[in-house]
Amino acid sequence: MSLAAPARTDNSVARRRLGKIAIYVLMAIVLIIMLFPFYWMILTSLRSQVDNTSPVPVWFFQPTLENFRNVISENDFIRYTWNSFVIATLSTGLGLVLGLPAAYSIARYKQNGLALAILMARLTPYITYLVPWFLAFRSLGLIDTYFALTMTHLIVGMPLIIWIMISFFEDVPVDLEEAAYIDGASKLGTFIKVVLPLSAPGTVAAAILAFIFSWNQFLFSLVLSGPNTRPVPVAVFNFISYGQIDFGGLGAAAVLITLPVVLLTLLIQRWIVSGLTMGAVKG
Amino acid sequence: MRRASDFFDRNAKWLFPLPAILAIVVLIVGPALANLLISLQDWFIGLPPKFVGLQNFSDALGDRRFWNGVKNTFYFTGVAVPLQLVLGLGIALLFNREFPGKGIVRTIILLPMVATPVAIALIWALMFNPSLGVLNYFLESLGLPRSLWVADITLAIPSLVLVDIWQWTPMVALILLAALQGVPTEYYEAARIDGANALQALRYITLPSIRSAIVVALILRTVDALKTFDIIYVITGGGPGTASETLNVFAFKTGFEFFRAGYAASLLIFLMLLVLGVAIVLNLVRQGRR
Repeated sequence: MSLAAPARTDNSVARRRLGKIAIYVLMAIVLIIMLFPFYWMILTSLRSQVDNTSPVPVWFFQPTLENFRNVISENDFIRYTWNSFVIATLSTGLGLVLGLPAAYSIARYKQNGLALAILMARLTPYITYLVPWFLAFRSLGLIDTYFALTMTHLIVGMPLIIWIMISFFEDVPVDLEEAAYIDGASKLGTFIKVVLPLSAPGTVAAAILAFIFSWNQFLFSLVLSGPNTRPVPVAVFNFISYGQIDFGGLGAAAVLITLPVVLLTLLIQRWIVSGLTMGAVKG
Repeated sequence: MRRASDFFDRNAKWLFPLPAILAIVVLIVGPALANLLISLQDWFIGLPPKFVGLQNFSDALGDRRFWNGVKNTFYFTGVAVPLQLVLGLGIALLFNREFPGKGIVRTIILLPMVATPVAIALIWALMFNPSLGVLNYFLESLGLPRSLWVADITLAIPSLVLVDIWQWTPMVALILLAALQGVPTEYYEAARIDGANALQALRYITLPSIRSAIVVALILRTVDALKTFDIIYVITGGGPGTASETLNVFAFKTGFEFFRAGYAASLLIFLMLLVLGVAIVLNLVRQGRR
């Protein structure tokens, strides 16, 4: 690797190759560590109760779908999944309706103060608002309603959407908008017909990310949901609160919850990085 | 019709962000202020509140469980974040090269972060099981003694730190990796011409170049670690006893298991101050370095 390249000896070539192998081995180790809990999750879900409670882990076994059958049929699981889906969709939709114009405004009019305020919202612990939220919703009779859950999930998703979309909107050339104004279009019309279509990939990524965050939400849902609106993370948590642990059922439930998120991640993995790091590297 | 759209155009600067601002005011600013009011009451949920001034705050300062929560919060964050930074940097350096299957690797690295924390926490809880868990199986196969993991008072927080590291090191790695890829290769070549070895290149070229990304990762992870709730509540519930009870878990229990809303509100205000304080200190560090 020296720039003053002498004649390569067999030794240095072999050393380079060894170094490369070592790196790939290290990479593999890192990836295996990251994947192992998922692997274990899937394994547990496919094992029978007997195999799951064996003192020595059973690596090879006859897989069974019984755990999945139990989870889906006995526990209203489909209902909980539907709840999660409804809440995530509503809060993401609302987050887009409120967040896209705000992000656009920040990008176009350089409203840095507003951007900072939104960043502050992300920094504060959300649990701080949970007590007032709970008391307020309770007095309004809104506990265990989609409304309460949607609103609170909105507050998690909207700042995220705004933060991601600011960069995307900044990338839309102003000339295109100017051209539209000259043609007599209004600001709102231009926003909808010119800017949004051009930043569609970012919008999709931001929306999916907000959806994932809502799906994963536990704390708010724990407190504000009830039997009618219980989303899936809360339902799964109740699994272990009842004495005897059904390992297989736990595994199956975990798989069912995580699967949608994993699939969505596969779709937008390229954009998740900037979303999750909140434009950290750009700034 | 014309008047309306003209009005909109002229005031677009305010009208565009208005709905979002309203949402934030109603859902965040309002409740934050309400929290202040609630913290001044002795309020058992279901019974009428009674104004007691700053009593809750002085009670908290004298409450051993409060200080235990503060200690555990700092303990958890103080161990988890530095380890994540170091490991994340290592992983970023490791993957900062061309290799086949980059897309798949990126997806794998993302998984711990995006997977539903509750599900992940449950699986880790299974793996931590002292008698049936797979982690002890691995320890035994390596000839090491079995561990009680989260059932052990002194190991509860370190075990949770392990989960947090597994979950969030990828985020640090991704931030740093993106930053690494922005470092011009000419710097490294110049260093090599000057005779620097790999370690010196790391210290004098790489690290300074990605300094701002490191600080950003530090701030993001520290604030998030201070707020960690899901994995702690699900895996240990703050236990054994209160061995892993961070301040926010304590506040949560106070409000929603003991139903003392007033006291919980005061605890949450302390938590908010704690997080903001740390964020400000870190931000000062960030600005100081410029």
